[in-house]
Amino acid sequence: MTARSRMIASVVAVVLIAGAAAAFAIAWRPVIAAIDPPAPASFDPALVKHGRELAALGNCNDCHTVRGGASFGGGLPVPTPFGIIYSSNITPDPETGIGRWPETAFRRAMRSGVNRDGQHLYPTFPYDHFTNVSDEDDAALYAFLMTRPAVHAPARENQLPFPLDQRVTIAGWKLLFLRRGSYQPDGTRSAEWNRGAYLVEGLAHCGACHTPRNGLGAERSNAAFAGGDVDNWQAYAINTQSRAPIPWTADALFSYLRQGWQADHGTARGPMAEVVSNLSSVNESDVRAIATYMAGVFGAPSPDRIQRGEAALAQAKSPTLEAPAVVAANATGAAIYAATCATCHETGRALPYGGVHLGLSTALSSPDARNAANIVLSGVRAVAGERSPIMPGFADSMNDGQVTALLQFLRARFSNQPPWTGVENSVAEARHTQTVFLQTSPGPHNAPADATQRDKPLKALP
Amino acid sequence: MMTLKVNGRDHQIDADPDTPLLYVLRDEIKLNAAKFGCGLGQCGSCTVIVDGKAVLSCVTPLLLLEGKQITTLEGLGTIEAPAPIQRAFMEEQAAQCGYCIAGMMMRAQALLQRNPKPTDAQIRAEMEPNLCRCGTHMRILRAVHRASRLMDTADASPAGHGSAQ
Repeated sequence: MTARSRMIASVVAVVLIAGAAAAFAIAWRPVIAAIDPPAPASFDPALVKHGRELAALGNCNDCHTVRGGASFGGGLPVPTPFGIIYSSNITPDPETGIGRWPETAFRRAMRSGVNRDGQHLYPTFPYDHFTNVSDEDDAALYAFLMTRPAVHAPARENQLPFPLDQRVTIAGWKLLFLRRGSYQPDGTRSAEWNRGAYLVEGLAHCGACHTPRNGLGAERSNAAFAGGDVDNWQAYAINTQSRAPIPWTADALFSYLRQGWQADHGTARGPMAEVVSNLSSVNESDVRAIATYMAGVFGAPSPDRIQRGEAALAQAKSPTLEAPAVVAANATGAAIYAATCATCHETGRALPYGGVHLGLSTALSSPDARNAANIVLSGVRAVAGERSPIMPGFADSMNDGQVTALLQFLRARFSNQPPWTGVENSVAEARHTQTVFLQTSPGPHNAPADATQRDKPLKALP
Repeated sequence: MMTLKVNGRDHQIDADPDTPLLYVLRDEIKLNAAKFGCGLGQCGSCTVIVDGKAVLSCVTPLLLLEGKQITTLEGLGTIEAPAPIQRAFMEEQAAQCGYCIAGMMMRAQALLQRNPKPTDAQIRAEMEPNLCRCGTHMRILRAVHRASRLMDTADASPAGHGSAQ
């Protein structure tokens, strides 16, 4: 070996060693020592109660509970473009849950996505948002979770290809995409707006569904709230690109998030049904704060949008079945609509027990037919133990061709957007995935509970 | 004029294509087992089986039924020779006022055809769309389990073609 090649070899060795050391420093996290599971009585009941509200704001039960399984026992398959990741058991079970985690380990998981053993957690657990949660709120969440019934439920094996199944790769992802303190209070805004920002950007992690993701599965910060994908549903754009026929206001958002439906927009469904179910049980002022902040994200509508909204609303209030050109272009779809849908959706019966006029439907104005296909096939399921909106699904009475014709008609009749492409595929896909989703999702447990709001539509009935 | 296949027989029906199946079954073909409850697909009393699946006949217009096989409760058994699902509901005394029961039996039948040994949880989940105001739910649950057992024995197979799909 010449002196020159020896020098090259040693440079390469130094680079490799330095690289490995750097990688180790980036990826390595220490184990936090296990503790004996703390007695539930050791937690302050007021803190536990506060933690319960925070857990509802964070929608924790949604991912950490599988249909038919015990609350917070984990095991829900979360499909991602990279493979299936199963949610974990966050009950205080010492063997399979977080029973031996001290609060510092819980806070580290929330802050930076690392478990007690020092392993990196996949960002399906939205620590890119939870990193913004305060120490006090983490303490309350910890107190709440550690006082739940312990459930023995071993973790299920994730289905990921190499090298993504190696948790060390997550360290690289975090280096690129995990920004601590991405939320900062804004002194020029109201306390309510700041509270909303803290919740939306942190614990409530709205962007996890509503912000599109890049090729590495991270939220695109330059397209915040521009609409994303979840469980074969489209999470709508909830910024200035919103397709809602009627522009959202803070008051409308508050009603929708609090009671699960809003007269000018319709009913929460799909994965959002579980979110509003949780929000019905939290402090009203927090829902108000979220609505205030999000109204700012939606932005003030243009005069043109306001005008179109008013036209849609006027049409919804005095509906006519006459649209001869649209009907003639798709007689099959028009006939199915008239015979099957219009009896609920065009009779003026008040929400939530009547169907929303479809001229107000965001689903029909959206870029693709997924949500509309999901809703026609699966309907809106009743919520156990509560009065709630309900729509029968038509999966067993319409074939794919009939659903396709119906959706194409609805698009032409009730939106001002160009026809969808690939509707047939959307329908087939919806038929396949909604079946799976309905079998695994926990489903809304607790519908809007504000009795004064819920009685209104009943009183309006003749 | 369209042909409607009900309980293995072809019926020539002269009705608007947007007529709900329920109206045709009751008013034209005089099959009165399926009941009108809410008319909005929210209570399940109108449930019949279409191509093996439980379907709400009050929100299913004729135009969706071209070439499909429809089975009503009358197609499962008779008073003299009740089908297993009917025997099971009688033996468990699952009916109180009885208005929901035809729909309940049809949905349970569709379930048992697809899954002959459902668990309690599966039955509860499947029967969720069908409402009973009298409160005989526990008896209905027992009746579905009993029907599942009755269907094990060959001599108890239903008279109609409903379970043959």
